[in-house]
Amino acid sequence: MSALAAASRETWLLFRHGFDATVKQKIGVVLGAIQPMLFLVLFGPIFATIGTWETLVPGLLVQLGLMSTGLAGFGIVMESRFGVLERMRVTPASRLALLLGRVLNNVVTLAVQTVLLLAAGFAFGMRVPPAGLLAGFVLVMLLGAGLAALSYAAALTMNEHLFAPVMTTAIVPLTLLSGAFLPMSMAPGWLNALSYVSPFRHVLEALRELFAGHYTGGTVFLGVAVTVVFAVAGLVVGTRVFHRENA
Amino acid sequence: MIETRGLSKTFKGGAEAVRGVDMTVERGEIVGFLGPNGAGKTTTMRMLTTLLRPTAGTATVAGHDLLADPRGVRRHIGYVSQGGGVNLAAPLDGELVLQAMLHGLSRAEARERVTEALERLELGDLRHLPGGALSGGQRRRFDIAFGLLHRPALLFLDEPTTGLDPQSRAHLWDHIRALRDRHGMTVFLTTHYLDEADALCDRLLIIDHGRIVAQGRPAELKAGGRTLDDVFLDITGRSLREGAAA
Ligand SMILES: Nc1ncnc2c1ncn2[C@@H]1O[C@H](COP(=O)(O)OP(=O)(O)OP(=O)(O)O)[C@@H](O)[C@H]1O
Ligand SMILES: [Mg+2]
Repeated sequence: MSALAAASRETWLLFRHGFDATVKQKIGVVLGAIQPMLFLVLFGPIFATIGTWETLVPGLLVQLGLMSTGLAGFGIVMESRFGVLERMRVTPASRLALLLGRVLNNVVTLAVQTVLLLAAGFAFGMRVPPAGLLAGFVLVMLLGAGLAALSYAAALTMNEHLFAPVMTTAIVPLTLLSGAFLPMSMAPGWLNALSYVSPFRHVLEALRELFAGHYTGGTVFLGVAVTVVFAVAGLVVGTRVFHRENA
Repeated sequence: MIETRGLSKTFKGGAEAVRGVDMTVERGEIVGFLGPNGAGKTTTMRMLTTLLRPTAGTATVAGHDLLADPRGVRRHIGYVSQGGGVNLAAPLDGELVLQAMLHGLSRAEARERVTEALERLELGDLRHLPGGALSGGQRRRFDIAFGLLHRPALLFLDEPTTGLDPQSRAHLWDHIRALRDRHGMTVFLTTHYLDEADALCDRLLIIDHGRIVAQGRPAELKAGGRTLDDVFLDITGRSLREGAAA
């Protein structure tokens, strides 16, 4: 078997294994989407008086991505503590596959949550052209893959007791600075400038353009480029950590 | 099967856990790796199983260079770590099948091997339980199943029988001997039970303060009518070794 075929098989094996466990507790998938859903239901109607659902929902999708896949590392903290990860690291399985199989499971969970959120947004009156919806969906999945990979890397690098508090705290400023709840163009200069540092702002602005049916232009291009670079960088960093001794 | 030259590990804090280990293990041998607490047994094993990078020295394991071709090494080994690798939260039969398949077995083969290993280790009835629902000794037997179900050419066992009752220990010895006799498996194991080392191993290596201090067949080491306990205590001294490598 070629190295690529072997790695694909291993990725699939790990994905299936994790997916079966995820399916067993469906409620976890729904709970993971509850926060953005609450924002949609309890904040959306207020936002809609000054803005549009097509502006808000992309923001909630970025929040969902951050919450759902940003905390993916929780799972590996346990696997690492039980010695499960080390047991798998002694097999010839590709290190990238050990990571990718898990990331894929997180992305599929995120896909289900994204569909739920989009459906709810639609029910409230959001209207998006199919091509924009599809492109936006793919962008969110790429973002999720990068975030999940980085989350695993962080979980395996950080002190395991710090991971949860640090990550849950970090998600709040990252969400706010992306402009998820109100566009950053409304922010004062310093805050606006600060938000450009965050990759999520670029992703979100591209997402809003796509939802508005604008598929070309600098904002979309930049957002897509940032998302792709982010996803690749996340997977590279994640794989390095899986390679490393003691991980 | 294993050949090391000057294998060493100095941890970041400065602890010299392993200091220039030279050893040779032949195919089909059952070799016991003995030494007091903190002598460097686990550190050596973690290097030989590709989990820890040596700070100096070279090694060939199962025909592959440890540093240049770690994946080649992993294709031929099994490892039961001292702390174990049982998932406390997931049913173990699924974990076992996954483990065997990550070693390259097909699903059908994996299922067959899992059933066989669980039967041999008398764990069949417990296979649907998560690790958290098992006793310490049952969990340890699952650890062993994880290490040997793909029938590796070279099996590393780090204190496999700690926590096992006498019947289970005797069973495991039989099982290990059978694997060697039937499949030519090479076994490298640590233990603190000198009776076990005596009964099971073809050859013993004794490590202390990160260096091999004695080796030979149990009978050779015991020459002059001494017990293995006497030999061990003479070689390694009688004081406690906790943290002695530092
Ligand atoms: N990750 C680490 N960082 C720093 N020092 C370490 C680390 N792991 C082990 N050591 C030190 O290396 C030495 C050898 O440890 P090792 O686990 O190899 O001993 P051992 O022979 O397996 O002992 P035992 O019989 O208690 O299992 C000890 O002094 C230990 O404190
Ligand atoms: Mg040890």
